[in-house]
Amino acid sequence: MPRYDGPLLSANGLTRAYGRLQVLRGLDLTLESGDALAVVGANGAGKTTLLRVLAGLMRPSAGEVRVEGRLLSAGDPDARRPLGLVSHHSLLYDDLSLLDNLMFAARLYGLRDPRRTSLAALETVGLGSRADESPRRLSRGMVQRAAIARALLHQPSVLLMDEPFTGLDSPAALQLRALLAAHAGAGRALVIVTHQLAEAWELASRIAVLVGGRWALEERRTGDVGAFLPRYHALTSA
Amino acid sequence: MSDSLAAARTVIRRGRWIAAVGLAGLAGVYVLALQYTPMEASQGLAQKIFYLHVPAAWTALLVFSIVGIVSALYLWLHDPRLDLFAEASAEVGVAFSAIMLTTGPIWAKPIWGTWWQWDPRLTLTLFLFFLYVGYLALRSAVYDPAERARFSAVVAIMGLILVPFVHLSVYLFRTIHPMPIVLKPSAPSLPGVMLRTLLVSFAVCLVLYAGLVTMRYGIGLVQHAREGAIDNA
Amino acid sequence: MSAHSSRAITRSPVRNTLRLAGVIAAKDLRAEFRSRTALVSALVFAALVLVVFNFARDPTAVSATDLAPSALWVTFAFGAIVALNRAFSMEREHAALDGLLLAPVPREALYLGKLLANLAFVGIVEAVTLPLFILFFDVDLRHALPGLVIVAVLASIGFVAVGTLFSAMAVRTRFAELMLPVLLLPFMVPPLIGAASLTARLLADRPLNEMFGLLRLLALYDLVFVILGTLLFPSVVDE
Repeated sequence: MPRYDGPLLSANGLTRAYGRLQVLRGLDLTLESGDALAVVGANGAGKTTLLRVLAGLMRPSAGEVRVEGRLLSAGDPDARRPLGLVSHHSLLYDDLSLLDNLMFAARLYGLRDPRRTSLAALETVGLGSRADESPRRLSRGMVQRAAIARALLHQPSVLLMDEPFTGLDSPAALQLRALLAAHAGAGRALVIVTHQLAEAWELASRIAVLVGGRWALEERRTGDVGAFLPRYHALTSA
Repeated sequence: MSDSLAAARTVIRRGRWIAAVGLAGLAGVYVLALQYTPMEASQGLAQKIFYLHVPAAWTALLVFSIVGIVSALYLWLHDPRLDLFAEASAEVGVAFSAIMLTTGPIWAKPIWGTWWQWDPRLTLTLFLFFLYVGYLALRSAVYDPAERARFSAVVAIMGLILVPFVHLSVYLFRTIHPMPIVLKPSAPSLPGVMLRTLLVSFAVCLVLYAGLVTMRYGIGLVQHAREGAIDNA
Repeated sequence: MSAHSSRAITRSPVRNTLRLAGVIAAKDLRAEFRSRTALVSALVFAALVLVVFNFARDPTAVSATDLAPSALWVTFAFGAIVALNRAFSMEREHAALDGLLLAPVPREALYLGKLLANLAFVGIVEAVTLPLFILFFDVDLRHALPGLVIVAVLASIGFVAVGTLFSAMAVRTRFAELMLPVLLLPFMVPPLIGAASLTARLLADRPLNEMFGLLRLLALYDLVFVILGTLLFPSVVDE
């Protein structure tokens, strides 16, 4: 099978309306291997919509998304395979143990030896000892780690994250950053949608600001978050 | 935005004209039915309601089919105007359905001696009403316009496919549980003059539908244009 | 090359869809048996409906055998509606549905998986209600049992097929618990007509050849609405 050399994720002309309201107005996006893109913007700017369109959870009214060169569409399940999602919801079932939750995901992805793979994933995020517990009994930080374990189970090349730091205290946020930093690397890309820019700053290699469904800014991440914030506020209050 | 608003208002105006013609036609049908159509021998004056009931029923069924077909087109083409048209048709259709349901028992009581019968046709009219109401209730319970359009399209298509099953199952039910055979008021061989009145009435119903649905569609377009203007401001 | 594809097990699309449907159904059943909430509620509800039927009739005027088809099928129908909400409510809790939609799972597999799980629940409710009916109403239905099972399966597939589709929508509306019955009940009538009539005939020991028309109706209904549900389900879950 020929090795795919192009961008891991590419989107062109993404447009999405809510009724007559244009939420995304012709957005383009390219993610290369090793990229970690932080998408920031005020509430209602279209960040979550963008992420859902990139994940294939929402169909754009115009434009297309390609994952590893393959067109993303509801009718092509395998095109979604390289994608992983971490949202501020855990995507877990309260009535199943962490292990059962992960084994279910493993089976959905057709992975070999679901049990071993799931246990290993839980160990990686430090939840090996809690494998038989329900998500109900865990702290928010632990649930988020379990959600990440679930998202990374099938080793996605593109990890999409929607407000992953929501509700996490400083130690938990630190752990999360460590986990994500470990995941980043060759052959992988990351998109973090957040309004807590400080949390995502160190992880990001690129910053993009979404204002009114369009990019107001898109550049490599350099320097200090403190230096960036005034420019960010200027863009989003315009 | 003001262009689409102006276009929408034109649509409403056109609809108003057509509806006015339809209403005039309706008055004409009343005159035709009461004055120029012979009295039916066995049923007398009560039979006249037939000229309203049957065309209303045909129209309700036809309009429901339109809602189903337009809904299927919407799921294929994703054009919001198709959804607006389906909604407009359903609101007009439910009115015809209500007319059909109320004129039915009014006619039945003096003729059959009973308000209602569970024969295939009457049962179908009742179901059609329920399907219309279900469609409209679902629409009022969903806020996201795209989701509302998708969901109601699914229900409309399902409902359309259900119609023949209701007819078939009630027919089988009646075959198994024979009920007293009652006089079928719309005899298969309808004298020419009565058939003519019936068909004229049906044509008038169609004109009325066309006018009302155009008006309602126009109103839908206005709302659609306004929502965009407010949110895009 | 991304590591995930080397670990994936590849199969023919149809087998894969069936496998995934089984995985999803198994997850639903596992989750329900841990908490048993929906199941117990549906069973208790069914039992209560039977109790109401008992007190709502005059035993001297209506024999239990005459009442059986209505009592059984009304109970099954309402028990099914109570059980149907479970399938997609559980997916809303922590946006678990997103996980299902993101995974390389065809929408058809999701629909079929939920359909199978719902059938299992409705089947359990029916399997418990029937002996309860025999108990409460003191009527011997054993002679008709094989036929009753066939009828129950055929009729249940029909309204569960429609109910699975509609509950996926209803769960996202206002007044979800009211919207599902309003949408679903018209669709339950043809299978109910078939099932109640067949039940009455079975209890009266009528010959089998009289029943083919109704059996064909049930089978046709099942076929049409399972196919239609499979075709329309993506429009419900894909935004």
